[in-house]
Amino acid sequence: MSDALVQARGLRKSFGAVEAVRGIDVDVAPGEVFGFLGPNGAGKSSTMRMIACVSPRSAGTLSVLGMDPGVDGPRIRARIGVVPQLDNLDAELSVRENLEIYGRYFGLPRRHVKEKAAELLEFAQLTERAGDTVEELSGGMKRRLTIARSLVNDPELLLLDEPTTGLDPQARHLLWDRLYRLKREGVTQIVTTHYMDEAEQLCDRLVVMDGGVIAAEGSPAELIGRYSTREVLELRFDPEHRPTAEALERHAERVEELPDRFLLYTVDGERTHGDVVGAGFVPLSSLVRRSSLEDVFLRLTGRTLVD
Amino acid sequence: MSAPAAPALWRLLPAGSYAGRARMMMVRSATASRRTWLAFVSGFFEPLFYLLAMGTGLGSLVGDLPGPDGQPISYAAFIAPGLLAASAMNGAVFDSTYNVFFKLHYARLYDSMLATPLGPVDVALGEIGWALLRGGLYATAFLSVMAGFGLIESPWALLALPAALLVAFAFAAIGMAATSFMRSWQDFDLVTLAVLPMFLFSTTFYPLSVYPRWLQIVVECLPLYHAVELMRGLTTGVVGAGLLGHLAYFVVMVVVGVVIAARRLDRLLLR
Repeated sequence: MSDALVQARGLRKSFGAVEAVRGIDVDVAPGEVFGFLGPNGAGKSSTMRMIACVSPRSAGTLSVLGMDPGVDGPRIRARIGVVPQLDNLDAELSVRENLEIYGRYFGLPRRHVKEKAAELLEFAQLTERAGDTVEELSGGMKRRLTIARSLVNDPELLLLDEPTTGLDPQARHLLWDRLYRLKREGVTQIVTTHYMDEAEQLCDRLVVMDGGVIAAEGSPAELIGRYSTREVLELRFDPEHRPTAEALERHAERVEELPDRFLLYTVDGERTHGDVVGAGFVPLSSLVRRSSLEDVFLRLTGRTLVD
Repeated sequence: MSAPAAPALWRLLPAGSYAGRARMMMVRSATASRRTWLAFVSGFFEPLFYLLAMGTGLGSLVGDLPGPDGQPISYAAFIAPGLLAASAMNGAVFDSTYNVFFKLHYARLYDSMLATPLGPVDVALGEIGWALLRGGLYATAFLSVMAGFGLIESPWALLALPAALLVAFAFAAIGMAATSFMRSWQDFDLVTLAVLPMFLFSTTFYPLSVYPRWLQIVVECLPLYHAVELMRGLTTGVVGAGLLGHLAYFVVMVVVGVVIAARRLDRLLLR
């Protein structure tokens, strides 16, 4: 993929003796939304910082927009937008000034940033709050402002590091809607997240990272198809009458035992439920659901993602 | 977008860390200070209060002191240039230590700037530049007050303004370099420990001749001493080659400070 916006080969990052990223290959095509999925400490943010040209790589090759971050950092940064994990808005400036001054850092003319700021305030639904200081905004509003700020230079590539962590469901959905609109406008996005539903909502393609390496790669549907079954039957038992995983195994393709429940991977959850009950195991509660990326992650790493 | 043709000094600085846009940092600071104008204005009053309290109050008891050339001058005329130098130092040190530390570690302001084409050198120069602009305004105001009180004896005093800027530049650069090594607020006690005795003993309030010889030598090594002597020479019109020595002291401070600050910021911000 030579027209990739981002291409990494054997990319590594170490901090002293700690290796945060241990040799990854990544290709991000123009126009796609690409996800890094993984638990805290998987190496997602370190990778993002390298792509954002604010962290020199320790080994491997990396090209962003066809340039080398080690050589052309400022030139690359001029064409990308960054939404960091933690909001770092300028608390000494108003909401509007945050956008206008940020635009000036890119060398954009005053008149242009004025118009751009008005447009972005509208996009982030913050026009009424334009004169407020940042402190007066809610968490969701700050996040929207941070995203609006990252768009001030009309970036070709947008880097979003855990864009909705810590937001309530309503604020998350509003953000997802905004990101989806950007995708339709053709802005390539790279998203890190440890939320499965977010990855499934947003990403065309993603990699699952764990311990600094890539454990799997594909579209959400591909990954589910490859590493999981169509349906999952979740069973909870009374601790006194809890069967062993081995006893359940012949009713499903695969069984995962979690502290509070069993996950039975199967094509038809209802039928499996009937089989299990027929075999004399009576669960306290049961739930049939579609497989999700959470199941993929569990399969790949043997752990749940967010504990 | 790329760095301008590199003069010799830039070669000491980290490559790719300068977008030539330090000015935008100053635009930001100016915009932010509109909201905190009171703090901005207060910086002017501190030396003025000292001048009134010490110069007029204490001055009525002290009478005249020998000026740089031995000619007697009023106590107020003696300390005014000292206060000018000290306020250049204090403003620059405050801006480049407390303020920079807060922005570096708490507001994560510089991290947000590095997501733009700005680099650590833009950040360092922009912050130092703002401290200078502020120091320049205070110095201008204070020099006007001195003129109003009749404490300026020579047209050479006009050069006290650029001299104050150089002094502020030097202290801001060193302050920023020092801040880059600080790990917690406790470390700032060291700043006070360095600045306060320097303020009191660097011939700000009385001449060097009052000290025993060994203490004179210590004082002569301090940067503020050179700033005070430089200012006093200019405002009293006692100008000689010695002033060039004081100037050289600050030029060295500037170069050392900027190079260390830029390199350290590079390491702190581009991890």
